[in-house]
Amino acid sequence: MRDKGKMKKRDKETVMDGETIERTLLRITHEILERNRGVGDLVLIGIRTGGVYLAERIRERIEQLEKVRIPSGIIDIALYRDDFATGLPRPLVGKTEIPFSLKDKRVVLVDDVLYTGRTVRAAMDALIDFGRPQFIQLAVLIDRGHRELPIQADYVGKKVVTAPQDEVNVLFREVDGQDRVIIQEKIS
Amino acid sequence: MVDDPGRVAARQISDKPTRQLAGKDILGIQEMSVSEIELILDTAESFKEVSTREIKKVPTLRGKMVINLFFEASTRTRTSFEIAAKRLSADTINISASSSSVVKGETLIDTAKNLEAMNPDCIVVRHSAAGAPHLLARLMRVPVINAGDGAHEHPTQALLDLFTVREKKGRLAGLKVAIVGDILHSRVARSNIYGFTKMGAEVHLSGPRTMMPAEVERMGVRWHTSLSEVIPQADVIMMLRIQLERQEAGFFPTLREYSRFFGLNLEVLKAAQPAVLIMHPGPMNRGVEISPEVADGPFSVILDQVTNGVAVRMALLYLLVGGEREAERSDP
Repeated sequence: MRDKGKMKKRDKETVMDGETIERTLLRITHEILERNRGVGDLVLIGIRTGGVYLAERIRERIEQLEKVRIPSGIIDIALYRDDFATGLPRPLVGKTEIPFSLKDKRVVLVDDVLYTGRTVRAAMDALIDFGRPQFIQLAVLIDRGHRELPIQADYVGKKVVTAPQDEVNVLFREVDGQDRVIIQEKIS
Repeated sequence: MVDDPGRVAARQISDKPTRQLAGKDILGIQEMSVSEIELILDTAESFKEVSTREIKKVPTLRGKMVINLFFEASTRTRTSFEIAAKRLSADTINISASSSSVVKGETLIDTAKNLEAMNPDCIVVRHSAAGAPHLLARLMRVPVINAGDGAHEHPTQALLDLFTVREKKGRLAGLKVAIVGDILHSRVARSNIYGFTKMGAEVHLSGPRTMMPAEVERMGVRWHTSLSEVIPQADVIMMLRIQLERQEAGFFPTLREYSRFFGLNLEVLKAAQPAVLIMHPGPMNRGVEISPEVADGPFSVILDQVTNGVAVRMALLYLLVGGEREAERSDP
């Protein structure tokens, strides 16, 4: 999660460095291939924005291992959020890019941090509009607990214990210049 | 201390910077900033995709009510707003002047207050009097979108025109835009003049002198007496509809003569740039201001304008309805 809010934050702890992230993604890739017995009908959908980079890296690893480039798409959940009534600033609506039907596909949804579960709920609502998949599995780099909906990940990079006031930020070399997972706390 | 779960969840979901519109309404391009216009165009890009899906609906404005209050006849604009609202899962109500209490003599203000008492979420208004939407916006707490007020402005048309050009050309700054026709009576022309000049394009006008406003240079544009002067350099040629009533009022002798001097046809187009865009806000008078061959030809983006109109209006409804308002914001 990349929070560009105005609150001041302080780095508390680095949970994963670049090397660990790479190894974890490789392990997740193997788990996906193992559980699904290969790449048949497999499709990766990354949740904007963190999930997009992770989905792409998983896709590349699958291509290296299985010599197949599986379809991938991007979902933006801004239009499916459940918190319009809170009156908070609206995030920019990004483009959803799923140029194929999801009918009968085996979807692996990818996000960087699993927290309350509301993002994933919104993503599933959005996905169903693109066709009825065989199933949807969820892969996340970090599970930080504090679920508010009955949502769980099928593939987890690392479980991290956090306080509600903490923020878990995943930095990506594509945009932040480095791969790192950090916990930050607010200082007010 | 645990935060309100709704806000915590939003913080988790909100991993993008937020940009907002300045006010609660969209009344005219003249008062809008460049960054507001860019926000609307950027947002519209994402909404364009929704209209290409199998299920052309997102739940974003579920339970919201958009009222189309049209005191002037319109099919195209009203339908566009209606489709935009419905694709966002909002409910819509259409009120047209002839069938409304206005016929019984109710004032605009009373009509508005009565509507507001029923708690709508957005009013889209078209009126023959310039400033009518502004009056409503002042009186009502609800967002008001100007769908055309007299000869003053038609901001959503200009926004969809800007979107169309930006999409086709990849930019707006530095382009040369020609607007041709009855500039005097055209709110589309005014909004587009404001819009394109704000975004860094150069606007050139052409049309009969009788239909060119007196101080048009003050708007930062150049006007030319003959069509052939604007065609060669133009990246965009926007033709305006000529109305028959203007002939009866003496603005030009006959439609045929107007067409000969200011109509766009293949012959005139020979002098144009190879990648020129032909635009028209509609409805067209085929054979008068624009020939069928040009209207249906490869340079025409007239139908793209219509498609983009829905996306732009979806973006506006999204940005206005349920948007952050100062009074409602609480500190994190």
